[in-house]
Amino acid sequence: MKLITAVIRKERLNYVLTELFENGIHGITVTQVQGHGGETEKVETYRGLTVKMGLTEKIRLDIGVTEPFVDKTVDVILQTARTGDVGDGKIFVLPVEKVYRIRTGEEDAEAVTPVLN
Amino acid sequence: MVIGNAFAQESTLDPAATAWILVSTAFVFLMVIGLAFFYGGLVRRKNALNTMMMSFVSLGVVGLTWSLLGYSFAYDVGNWFVGGFKFAFLNHVGLTGDGVPAILDLAFQGAFAIITAALISGAVVERMRFSAFMLFIALWSLVIYGPLAHWVWGGGFLSTLGAIDFAGGTVVHINAGVAALVLALMIGKRRDYGKKAMLPHQVPFTLLGAGLLWFGWFGFNGGSAYAADGIASLALANTLLAPAATIVIWAIIDLFRVGKVTAVGLATAVIVGLVAITPAAGVVSPLAAIIIGLIATFPSYAFITWRGNSSLDDSLDVFGAHGLGGISGALLTGVFVSTAWGGEVSGSFNQFIIQLVAVGVAIVFSALGTFIIARIVGLFVPLRAEEKPEEQGLDVPMHGEEAYGDGEGALLIPISTSTKAAQVATGNLENQS
Repeated sequence: MKLITAVIRKERLNYVLTELFENGIHGITVTQVQGHGGETEKVETYRGLTVKMGLTEKIRLDIGVTEPFVDKTVDVILQTARTGDVGDGKIFVLPVEKVYRIRTGEEDAEAVTPVLN
Repeated sequence: MVIGNAFAQESTLDPAATAWILVSTAFVFLMVIGLAFFYGGLVRRKNALNTMMMSFVSLGVVGLTWSLLGYSFAYDVGNWFVGGFKFAFLNHVGLTGDGVPAILDLAFQGAFAIITAALISGAVVERMRFSAFMLFIALWSLVIYGPLAHWVWGGGFLSTLGAIDFAGGTVVHINAGVAALVLALMIGKRRDYGKKAMLPHQVPFTLLGAGLLWFGWFGFNGGSAYAADGIASLALANTLLAPAATIVIWAIIDLFRVGKVTAVGLATAVIVGLVAITPAAGVVSPLAAIIIGLIATFPSYAFITWRGNSSLDDSLDVFGAHGLGGISGALLTGVFVSTAWGGEVSGSFNQFIIQLVAVGVAIVFSALGTFIIARIVGLFVPLRAEEKPEEQGLDVPMHGEEAYGDGEGALLIPISTSTKAAQVATGNLENQS
């Protein structure tokens, strides 16, 4: 099992989600986050005050998957979240020690939504 | 609509009428703010400021074009097509007038011109370049709105023909609806349109906006009586009754179609009812107002339902609500106009045909004029935003601000270097507005 954590552009979320669902990957947690990924700062002006926005709004996805789904999930995000500009985000793949499904008490592979048929 | 004063030689002020038009002017002004909220709630979060700014900038741009030239084009005697220059640059617009002071008539009618231009923005939100929109409404308010107001209200050929437009169903709503449709087709659909759902980001704004529009419409229709009398009262009551009917019918159709009465649907129903009663407000019976509200629901509902699944990205349904609502209202005015309720004629087949001709003329003029003006504007500024800003949302690239930033994570740029830093940091974004 792996936990795939991806930080992506807000405006790409719909495309990423659509493609993930089509590939049978349904167990997803989405968080609105702010971060800085080396992209050009946005300059904003409020009355006379000009500021450099150091943080950009991003979307963080957390997806727990079994081994056969890791590459598929990463590929989908790589393709659908990419615009080619600085600030497209990152994907982290982390090992997972244990997973429980709260409703049933199932563990590990049974507890993760993308079930291998 | 009775022309207040434009041709008056001596002052015969009516204090009651003046008081009511003073208030009505402020009411119609508030409609522009209502429209900003109505439209602003319907777009995505990242375009909220841009959408609301389109209405607000109209207060400035059309406020000036109307006062300096548009009023003269509409209300100076001129010829059958357009008024002359007698009132240009506020000449001969003073404290006296027939009924109400000329300067008040200019302000009251100015609010109409402003809201008409602002209405168009709903069709092109989330993708039109802001500077192009400013230039467009400046020209459009002079070349299209001014002459059309002259034809219907200023003694031009449609008023000679006998077309009835009490408060602006043709001049304001058909005109704006058709212009919106043409501009949406010329600019093209949003890049995400049809690929992903684009939902309203703040439905309570839309309800607030619809409510403010309705509130303002009491001045829009009531004030168009140009008197504080029974006709003004009738127009105001009809402005209450027609949308009431539209709401009920819209809700019933909603119930049968999807089993739920929607908030955005109800807000839309309010607008359709208000638009439909506008040309008829002071010339039909209250019962007829209810019937007009009932009937006008169907074409707009059907069109808006179809439009949402088509490739026509009239994003906020300006044509469906204002264009079709205006056409329904204008035609039904010919049916229900009554001498017993302030009309100069009673409904007849003949009057229906006159209304039909006026509608047709307005559609053709507005469509052609909008096409030509948009082409001219396009020679100076691209009408459309580029792909990156459209994807990012237009608020930051076009206005340098965001609607819902939490104010954290911003670093001060020292004043001495701020201009230079802004140029460097915005890079390719600096030419986007």
